[in-house]
Amino acid sequence: MDLLQEIVAHYNHWIIIFLMVSGLYIVVARGNMIKKLVGLGLFQTSVYLLYLSPGKILGGTPPIISEHFTVYSNPLPHVLILTAIVVGVATLALGLALVVRINEAFGTIEEDEIFAGEEDE
Amino acid sequence: MKLDVIFRVVAKIFIPFMLVFALYVQFHGDFGPGGGFQAGVVAAAMVIFYAIIFGLEAAQKVFPPRIIELMVPAGVGIFAGVGVLGLLLGENYLNYSPLAHDPAHGQEYGIILVEIGVLVTVAGTMVAIFYSFIGRGR
Amino acid sequence: MVLLTLLAAITIGIIRMRNLFAVVVLGGIYSFLMASVMIVLDAVDVAMTEASVGAGISTVLMLGALYLTKTQETEPAHRLLLPFFVAVATGAVLVFGTFALPPFGAAETPMNLHVAPYYLENSIRDTLVPNVVTSVLSSYRGFDTLGETTVIFTAGIAVLLLLKGKRGVKPGPKRRRVRR
Repeated sequence: MDLLQEIVAHYNHWIIIFLMVSGLYIVVARGNMIKKLVGLGLFQTSVYLLYLSPGKILGGTPPIISEHFTVYSNPLPHVLILTAIVVGVATLALGLALVVRINEAFGTIEEDEIFAGEEDE
Repeated sequence: MKLDVIFRVVAKIFIPFMLVFALYVQFHGDFGPGGGFQAGVVAAAMVIFYAIIFGLEAAQKVFPPRIIELMVPAGVGIFAGVGVLGLLLGENYLNYSPLAHDPAHGQEYGIILVEIGVLVTVAGTMVAIFYSFIGRGR
Repeated sequence: MVLLTLLAAITIGIIRMRNLFAVVVLGGIYSFLMASVMIVLDAVDVAMTEASVGAGISTVLMLGALYLTKTQETEPAHRLLLPFFVAVATGAVLVFGTFALPPFGAAETPMNLHVAPYYLENSIRDTLVPNVVTSVLSSYRGFDTLGETTVIFTAGIAVLLLLKGKRGVKPGPKRRRVRR
């Protein structure tokens, strides 16, 4: 019984860690730059969840004030993450633009091939 | 770009509703979920939808790149300008209280103005990025 | 919990997939699931943003970038074991750390007792706006939002600088020799 409670209480944290670690793995292990950007996105979304999940209060409602409710979830992480998402897509676009320029300059988006091409000269 | 006629008709029906939805999200953001960031993205999605169905040239005729690129700094300008307005009216920077007869209403007007600034910047940036990505491929 | 498990499953799919097109589409599904999780966590504003930004705009941008590059990833040649080990070790340390965290949904955590109740109690009085997220975003923390808007502005300008204008010299080794 205790073990089950522990699992329910921390399941969200474990999933967040799994997402974060897989993002890290993709960024480190894969040479393809678009794949790396997807991995960075995974890492980023895990951080969104990390911020949002402690703000949830059991039995609470979304933080829009009304007479019918008294318990609200914490609005502060919502604000931070809301702006972080839009900034995230702007920086993602910047990364993609860099990838496009790299592809034009080197003819490939694989890290290994770029390094190999540089050693040839 | 000749696409199926169904796409064109459906797009023509949908696009006005998308714009109305963006404006609803923008101005209903005080009372329900929504605000400048979301409305800007929905408005940008409308432009992107139009460009995908009717082609980039048609989209750039309706929403010229010059105006889109002007929107990017204009939104930041609106946001910062509202802050300076508060400064000129004798309060701290970005304090909207003196914008109306009593502080609470002033805050409300300030929020609406600031959200418009955010909308303009976000929509402009997203559409400008989309234009430059697609324009690169030609 | 079901949604979180689905998220993990999609992540495994993204790791294993070699076709970048499929990866981008899976990323869109991932974003929609993430938005559903956010609704469960009471973050309706954030869920709306994630659904429109993550599943809409960023998928379109990724597809645009794929159109300009290649859609197939090459087989990684070597050194897959070390990153895997590093990832597992990091994960194990982090999981060990979670046992000290407060359980999910607790109301008496320091984070929920500090400034959040002030915003919830005074939002109507100070700003007449019932949506606390909006009032905190643009009024109480207006400086934050101004900064974020500036970041978006800067990123947009940078993308325009990188991608606007004429295509450079022909791709390939010729261009690099010119630069040397």
